[in-house]
Amino acid sequence: MTTEQLHDVRLHVNGSVHEVQVPARRLLSDALRHDCGLTGTHVGCEHGVCGACTVLVDGTPMRSCLMLAVSAVDAEITTVEGLTEDDGSAQGRLSPVQQAFSDCHGLQCGFCTPGFLTTITAGLRETPNPTEDEAREMIAGNLCRCTGYQNIVKSVLRASQIQAERGEA
Amino acid sequence: MTTKMFGAKVPRVEDQRFLRGQGRYVDDLLTDDPRLLHSAVLRSPHAHARIVDIDVSDVLDVEGVLAVWTWDDLTGPMAEPLPLLIPHPTLTHGRTQYALAKDEVNYVGEAIAFVVAVDRYVAEDAVSRIRVDYEFLPPVVGIAAARAATAAVHDDVPDNVAARMEQENGDARAAIASAPHTLALDLDVERSACTPMEGRGTVARWDPDTSRLTVWSSTQTSTGVRGCVAAKLGLDLAKVDVITPDVGGGFGVKINHPWPEELLVPLAAMTLGRPVKFTEDRREHFISSAHERAQQHHVEVGFDDDGRVLGLNVEFWHDHGAYTPYGLIVPIITSTQLLGPYKPQNYRVVFESLYTNTVIVTPYRGAGRPQGCFVMERTMDAIAAYLGKDRTEIRSTNFIQPDEFPYEHGLVFQDGRELTYDSGDYPASLAKLKKLVGWDEFEDFRAEMAAQGRRVGIGLACYVEGTGVGPYEGAHVHIETSGKVKVATGLTTQGQGHQTAFAQIVADTLGVRFEDVEITTGDTRKMPYAVGTFASRAAVMSGSAIHLAALRTKEKALRIAAEALEASEEDLEIADGVVSVRGTDASIDLGTVAVLSNPLRYAFDEASKAATQFSVGDPSKPPVAEDDEPGLEGTDFYSPPRSTFANGMHAVVVETDPDTAEIRILTYAVVHDCGHLINPMIVEGQIHGGVAQGVGGALYERMAYDESGQLLNASFMDFLMPYVTEVPTSIAIDHLETPSPLNPLGIKGAGEAGVIPSAAVFAAAIEDAEGFPITSMPISPSELFELRLAHADEPHPLPEEIR
Amino acid sequence: MKPAPFAFLRPSTLEEALAALAGEQGAKVLAGGQSLVPLLSMRLAAPSMLVDINALPDLGHVRVAEDGVRVGALARHAEVLASAEAAQAQPLLGMALSHVAHPTIRNRGTTVGSIVHADAAAEMPMVLRLLEGSVDVASVRGRRTVPAAELFAGPLESTLAHDEIAVEAFFPGLAPGAGVAFQEIARRHGDYALVGVAARVETDGDTVTRAGLGFVSVSDVPTVVDVTDALDDPAGKALGELDPADDIHATAAYRAHLVKVLAPRVLAAATDHARSRAGEATHP
Repeated sequence: MTTEQLHDVRLHVNGSVHEVQVPARRLLSDALRHDCGLTGTHVGCEHGVCGACTVLVDGTPMRSCLMLAVSAVDAEITTVEGLTEDDGSAQGRLSPVQQAFSDCHGLQCGFCTPGFLTTITAGLRETPNPTEDEAREMIAGNLCRCTGYQNIVKSVLRASQIQAERGEA
Repeated sequence: MTTKMFGAKVPRVEDQRFLRGQGRYVDDLLTDDPRLLHSAVLRSPHAHARIVDIDVSDVLDVEGVLAVWTWDDLTGPMAEPLPLLIPHPTLTHGRTQYALAKDEVNYVGEAIAFVVAVDRYVAEDAVSRIRVDYEFLPPVVGIAAARAATAAVHDDVPDNVAARMEQENGDARAAIASAPHTLALDLDVERSACTPMEGRGTVARWDPDTSRLTVWSSTQTSTGVRGCVAAKLGLDLAKVDVITPDVGGGFGVKINHPWPEELLVPLAAMTLGRPVKFTEDRREHFISSAHERAQQHHVEVGFDDDGRVLGLNVEFWHDHGAYTPYGLIVPIITSTQLLGPYKPQNYRVVFESLYTNTVIVTPYRGAGRPQGCFVMERTMDAIAAYLGKDRTEIRSTNFIQPDEFPYEHGLVFQDGRELTYDSGDYPASLAKLKKLVGWDEFEDFRAEMAAQGRRVGIGLACYVEGTGVGPYEGAHVHIETSGKVKVATGLTTQGQGHQTAFAQIVADTLGVRFEDVEITTGDTRKMPYAVGTFASRAAVMSGSAIHLAALRTKEKALRIAAEALEASEEDLEIADGVVSVRGTDASIDLGTVAVLSNPLRYAFDEASKAATQFSVGDPSKPPVAEDDEPGLEGTDFYSPPRSTFANGMHAVVVETDPDTAEIRILTYAVVHDCGHLINPMIVEGQIHGGVAQGVGGALYERMAYDESGQLLNASFMDFLMPYVTEVPTSIAIDHLETPSPLNPLGIKGAGEAGVIPSAAVFAAAIEDAEGFPITSMPISPSELFELRLAHADEPHPLPEEIR
Repeated sequence: MKPAPFAFLRPSTLEEALAALAGEQGAKVLAGGQSLVPLLSMRLAAPSMLVDINALPDLGHVRVAEDGVRVGALARHAEVLASAEAAQAQPLLGMALSHVAHPTIRNRGTTVGSIVHADAAAEMPMVLRLLEGSVDVASVRGRRTVPAAELFAGPLESTLAHDEIAVEAFFPGLAPGAGVAFQEIARRHGDYALVGVAARVETDGDTVTRAGLGFVSVSDVPTVVDVTDALDDPAGKALGELDPADDIHATAAYRAHLVKVLAPRVLAAATDHARSRAGEATHP
C-alpha cells in the first residue's frame, strides 16, 4: 500500500499561522485539535448534527467536522480559544459570551460549550439585542445533553447585556 | 465574617477552563506526544453469528499499523470473559462478553478485533481490511421474541432468561382477589440510551522506569477501572493509577466497566511500549456502549371506593441485551422504586431479565425508576379514571404520611439493604405542585382552548428516588503550609460541578476561603478508596465524607493552634483561613498551623524555620505524639446505614394538534425535594437537564432495531435528541427541603430527578387530551395518529367529563 | 468515523476542475460538503479524488434579473436566504430555505449542491422542480442547460454525468398574479421533513388558472403534481402520484394523512398570496 500523500496546509487560526502537513482527508476538526494542538474544539458526532465542533470561518459559524483542512486554507478561523480576550494577563479576560455562561450556569460538562460559544459570538454580532425567541433560534442547531438549554438561553441574553456594558455592541 | 457558602449560588470554578477551551477530556490528552498511538475496533456487523475465521493478513501491509489482535492473541485473565460486576443469587444465568469475541458474536457492535496504528484514520483503514467469515445464527430481537424463545441468544441459557426474581410484601394476589375493584394494565417502555455528548475513551501509558501504568478513562469509576485493569493485566493494584479526566457527560453509561477498550488500550501500551489512545466515534457509541429502558409490564391492582390500593401485583420483562455485566440493578430498581410515595399494603413484583441479540443494558439516568414510575403513575391514573375521581385525590389517598417516617416497605433495595424511606412530605409537595401548574383551574383552561378548537391535556407524576447508596465514599483534606486546602475524593465528575459544590462544604466546615480550596475527584493516586458516581450519590456520599474529613482536620488545627496561642480550644474560631481567639487580637493562620504540625529538622524556606526543632516543641515529649501524625490532614469516610430518599412531582400541560397529531408542551412544573441544597444553581441545572432528557425520552428518543438486530438509527440524524426548540420554554420549579437524617449535612441526591417521571407525566397529559389510554412510551405524532385511528370508534369524552 | 484516502485537487480555474473530473472516473466535486463529507466519514462513499471547487472564481453569485434568480454553484444557502432581491423576485426560495437544516449548515452548504445531490427529502430540488427551473452544467464537452424535469433520475441520483459540474441554477421569478407557499412538518426543528409541501398558484382575477404542488419526503424523487383540475381535493390527486413510505419516524399512513392536511392549507396560502400580490399590483 502506497504512502498517503501529505499536503502542506497553512491554517490561520485565532490570528496565528499553523503550517501543518496533513492528508487530504484530514477533517478540519482533527487538524485543529491534533495538528494545531487546539483541543478546545470538540467532536461529538462527525456528521454535522451536534454542533460541538462549530468554529468561525471568516467570522461565520461552520461545522469543522464537515470541512477538510485542505479546504480551509484561505480562511481566518476562530476557535473557542480565540474568543478569550487579551488583557495582558496569562489567562486572558473572558469575552462577553464566555462571561455570560459563567454568570448564568450555562454549562455543566463543558463538552458542547465551545460550539455554543462560537455560534453565539457570531449570532450576537448579527443580532446584538436578541429577544428570547431570537436567542432560542440562535442556538437551535446545537445539542446539549446536560443543561436542558434553559440557562444557555439566559446566557445569550446576558451576553448581549455584557456586550453593551463593555461598549462592544 | 465570612458568608456561608453552603446553600449559595456560587459560580463554578471549573467554568474557567471549560469556557476558555482548556478542558482536558480524554481525547485531548497526550496530543503533543509524538509517540502516541491510536486504535480502532472491528465490530460485528451481525446480531448473532459464529465466527468461522478471521483473516488479518491484509492489515499487516497497511503502513502505520503496529498491532492487530483478536481473541487468539489474548492470554491469561484477558482471555477470560469480562467481569460480572454485581452478582445476585437470582442471576442464575449471567453472561458477559470477552474483550474480543471468541467464537461467537451476540450483537451488532460487539468487538472482534483491535488495531493499533499511528493515527485513527490509518487504524480505520486497517479495520476495513480485516475479513471475517461468519455463520449466521437466528437473532433474537425485542422482548416478545426473547419470551417466545424460538431462538436462543446463548445456547446454554434456556428461554433466554438470565434471571427471575420475585419480591413480596404481604399477599398481593389475595388482596386483589378480595378487593372491591380490580384493574389490569399492560404498559411498555421502549429502549433508549444516555448519549452524552462525549463518547467513551481511554488513554494508557506504561512507564518502564517506575513500572507504573497510568490509565485515563472517561469513566464514572476510577477505582472500578483500576481494579479491573490490574486484575486482567496481572498487575499489582499498587502499580496502576487511574485518573478520570474532564468527562463530557456520563448519565450512567460510563459506570459500566471495564469496556473491552479499557483493557486493550493499557495492554497495548505495555506491549508496544508507547502510549495508546482509544476514542470511540458516535456510531460506536450507539452500537457498542450500552442502552436501557426497554421493559414490558403487566399490572394487576385491587383498590377500594376511595382509590386506596389494597393489593398490587406487577410482572415485568426486562430486555437486558446480549450480556449482563452490571447484574440486575436496573430491574431491581424498577421493582422497588415502583412503589413511589405510596404504601400498598400488599405488593408483589416479579421480573424476568431476558437476553436479546442487541447492545447490552446497563443503567441510564433513572436506572429503572422511570419504568417503575410509569407503571405506578399510569395505574393511579387508571384508578382515578375508573372511579371518576380527581387524579391528585387518588395520590393523596395513597401517600405515605409525614408522620409515618421512617417507612419500611418490607423489600430489599438495590444496595442489598431494607427499603426504608427516611424522610419526605408528599402532601406538601403535591399541594405545591397543584398550585404551581394551576391544577384546580385547568378545566376552565381546557374549555377556553376547546372553544378555539384546540386540544389540551394535563398530567402529573410522583416519584421517590433512593439516592446516596453505599458502600461508602472517602475524602482526604490537606491544609498546606501555604494555607491552601487540597481535598481529594475518589468518585468522579461528569459535569455536576463537584469542584465547586464540594469546595463550598469545605469552606464552611473548615472556615477557609472558598478560593483557597482545590478539589480533585476521580484520581486513584490521591484517594484510592472510592466507589463511583451513580445513583445520585456524589453529593450525599462524597459531600458527607468531605465534611467529616474537614471536621477532623479542623479538630487537629484547633488543637495545634490552641497550643500555639496558649488558649483553650473552645475559645477559638476559624474564619477566612485564620484561627483566632474569640474577642482578642490573638490569631494564627492555618498555613502556619500546618507548618507547626510537621516538626522538622530541616527548614526549606522562611515559614518552615518556625517548625524546626530548636524553635518549637516541648523537649520533654516526643515531637509527634503517640496517637498523632505529622501534617495538617484529615481523612474520613461516610458509609450510610441505607439510602436516603429524595422525591419529586412533575406536572405538564400539553397541546395535541387535532390534525397533525403534533405534541406541544405548554407548561412544565416541577416540585423537588432533595433535602438541603449545597448549590441551588447546580441543583436547578440538574433539574433542567433531567427534564430535557425526559422530554427526549418521552417524545423523541428510541432505539429502532429491525428484526435482524440492526440498529437503524445509530446516528444523531435519526436518534432524535431534543434541541432547545423541543424543550419547554420555561420550567416552573418549586422546592421542598425535608432533610435527610442519615448524613451530617441533611442532603439527598438530585442528579436523576428530572428524568424519572417523564414517561409517566407525558403519557398522562396526552391521554387527558385525547381521551384514550396511552400505555406505551415514547410516543411520536405518527404513533398518536395511529392510536387515534385505532380508537376512532370509541366515543370521545366531552370536556365536562372528569378524566 | 474518518474518510478513506482520496486524492485532492483545489483548482483555481473551471477548466482545471473539469479536466480533473474528466480524467478520473472516481472523482467527485466538493462544494459545500455538508452532504458529502458525512458520507465520506461514514465510508458510505469512497471517491478516488475530490475536486474542491471552492476556490473557483465567479461562482458565488445570487443574481436577480427580469426572468428570475440565478444562483451560482458556490452561493451558500445563507447567502441566497439573505438576498432581499431574490426574496422579492421569488419568495418561495426564502420560504423553503429557512427549513433547510440549521443556519450553521446553511452557512457552508450550497443551494446548487443541494439540488444536484437529488435528495427527495430535501427542499431545494423540489423547489426547482415546482418552479420549472433549470441547472446550467459544464464539462470538457461544453455547456448545457438541464430543465428541472430532466434533472432527477432516482433516489440521490441526478442525471448529470460524473464529470459534469452544475455551475448555476435558475429559479424563474414569480409572475404577477402568481403566489407561492410552503409548509413542512418535521420531528424536530431543522430536521428533514416528515412531509413538506410547496404550492405555486397562478391566478387571473379571481380564478385560479394553474396550480401545482411540490412534495418533500413522500417519494423517491422530487415530485410535482398538477392540481389545477383538483382544487377541491388536491391531496387526493397528489396521493395518486406519491409513494409515502414507512420509516422509523412515521408510517406511510401518517405521511399520507399529512399530505391531506397540508396540501389544501398550502394551496390556500399560495392562492391568498397570489391575490394579495395582485392586490398590491393594482393598489401599490
